[in-house]
Amino acid sequence: MYCLGIESTADDFGVAILSFDGRVLSNANSAYMPEKGGIHPREAARHHAEVAGKVLAEAFERAGIKPQDVSIVAFSQGPGLGPCLRTGATAARALASYLRVPLVGVNHCVAHIEIGKLVTGAVDPVTLYVSGGNTIISAFEAGRYRVFGETLDIAIGNCLDVFAREAGMSQRKGAPFGAMVEELASRSKTFVPLPYTVKGMDLSFSGLLTAAVQILHERKHSLEDLCFSLQEVAFSMLTEVTERALAHTEKLEVLLTGGVAANKRLQSMLNVIAEEHNARFCVVPKEYALDNGAMIAWTGILAYKSKITLPVEKSFVKLKWRLDEVYAPWVEG
Amino acid sequence: MLIKKGAEANLYLEEWHNRKVIMKRRLSKKYRIPELDEKIRSQRTIYEPQVIHKAKEAGVPTPTIFMVDVAEANIIMEFVEGKQVKQVLNDLPPQERLRLSRHIGGLIGRLHKHGIIHGDLTTSNMILTPYGKIVFVDFGLSERSAELENRGVDLHLMKRAFQSTHYKYAKECFEAVIEGYVEVVGEEEAKNVLEKIREIERRGRYVSER
Ligand SMILES: Nc1ncnc2c1ncn2[C@@H]1O[C@H](COP(=O)(O)OP(=O)(O)O)[C@@H](O)[C@H]1O
Ligand SMILES: [Mg+2]
Repeated sequence: MYCLGIESTADDFGVAILSFDGRVLSNANSAYMPEKGGIHPREAARHHAEVAGKVLAEAFERAGIKPQDVSIVAFSQGPGLGPCLRTGATAARALASYLRVPLVGVNHCVAHIEIGKLVTGAVDPVTLYVSGGNTIISAFEAGRYRVFGETLDIAIGNCLDVFAREAGMSQRKGAPFGAMVEELASRSKTFVPLPYTVKGMDLSFSGLLTAAVQILHERKHSLEDLCFSLQEVAFSMLTEVTERALAHTEKLEVLLTGGVAANKRLQSMLNVIAEEHNARFCVVPKEYALDNGAMIAWTGILAYKSKITLPVEKSFVKLKWRLDEVYAPWVEG
Repeated sequence: MLIKKGAEANLYLEEWHNRKVIMKRRLSKKYRIPELDEKIRSQRTIYEPQVIHKAKEAGVPTPTIFMVDVAEANIIMEFVEGKQVKQVLNDLPPQERLRLSRHIGGLIGRLHKHGIIHGDLTTSNMILTPYGKIVFVDFGLSERSAELENRGVDLHLMKRAFQSTHYKYAKECFEAVIEGYVEVVGEEEAKNVLEKIREIERRGRYVSER
């Protein structure tokens, strides 16, 4: 049996096909690149609608199966940008009705954790999910992925992106802002003090960003020094709260996922705390750490096996669907 | 004797001038660069005893501080006998659980009324003594602030601590905390803070309505 999964919460449109035993047959993707500035939800949605046919065809071709072989269709139901979510949901509904197969609505954040567990073999981790739109520290506890900490304002990925844009960098395919900041940071060892804000297990990045941008425009410190300092402060904050969650839950695995997971400095910091707590450190590879269809398909399979499906008439999207609202009976614990 | 390996500090139970004391030592963290590490450890070591003292003035029980060594990031304080509220809350009889929660709410109210933000309100940072007193510990992330935003975040953290560790009773416990809080700060102030919590939860990816 196969599940087709559609991801479309933000700038990526992804379609993947997985077998029910967790083999990824295909994981096709098309990313929307804004000309300048951040994501424009409507433009991104228009992009998704334009490429949907092509990405779907590619997923089937690479998987080597026919549409009639699909047993369920899963889609990202939230959280995310309204127009983008609706485009994916429309495609999923149409496909499920045409094929007369069940539809499954998947929570994007749950999906990041589930695919991370599948590809790294982690069983019951503390997860740090860091991307352009999310910064969440979570662990499974009594039926749900509980949120132990999260950002009180902007996401870490967003913080790095805005800083890079302020510094006049421009993003290219294959070279996201985060990677540019990382590269510049690696050339400095000069620390410029910046505000460090941790509240319990929650984080705030907006004061840090404002200060970094202000110092940047004063031109007293090099861009390399500021990238280095921004990363050191932001990642130390993330590592501190992840360690708190680890100490609190006494779990034995740390899972790092999301777009910012690719950062080697962040990886090395988390590796240190994992070792200190005798926990295994798992980084999700890029293909499955960035937004992707495979994570939606896999979580769809898990939910379906727990008899969770979504009637088409109830398949409205949920823009602010929280991770800890999802009942996850497929997880043992 | 090491009794607790916390996330940011090790706690040792020691004998000191014929007294049972807690030594709270903020260890150097290998993951962060020395400049940042030293700053964080010394700042928190200086700050924690100051706020613990202010909390006493506000009428909130906290451990007595005996000694502070900033260079070593070490604080020696009174050992408070008792159990973490985290360990006992779920097993209390319902009425007792609510009474305790109201009491906690009142203590938070006193802190806020005196411009103290605890910064890490969880049930593991509250000790219930054998005499039924609640002692607040761990002021390492505290702030002196009267801003509504900070009070809102503080209570929001308390709410989330209930949701993640006492999920079965989260709603009733937090409501009882608010009852106790209202009694101290008054209806008007409490209303503003509650509105602030709702605003914080609506921000970005936060939404608590189900
Ligand atoms: N003075 C004290 N007497 C008794 N127990 C304490 C005292 N201070 C802290 N504890 C216990 O040790 C735990 C960890 O100490 P805490 O100050 O909260 O450090 P951390 O910052 O690592 O959380 C607390 O949750 C509390 O249960
Ligand atoms: Mg503590």
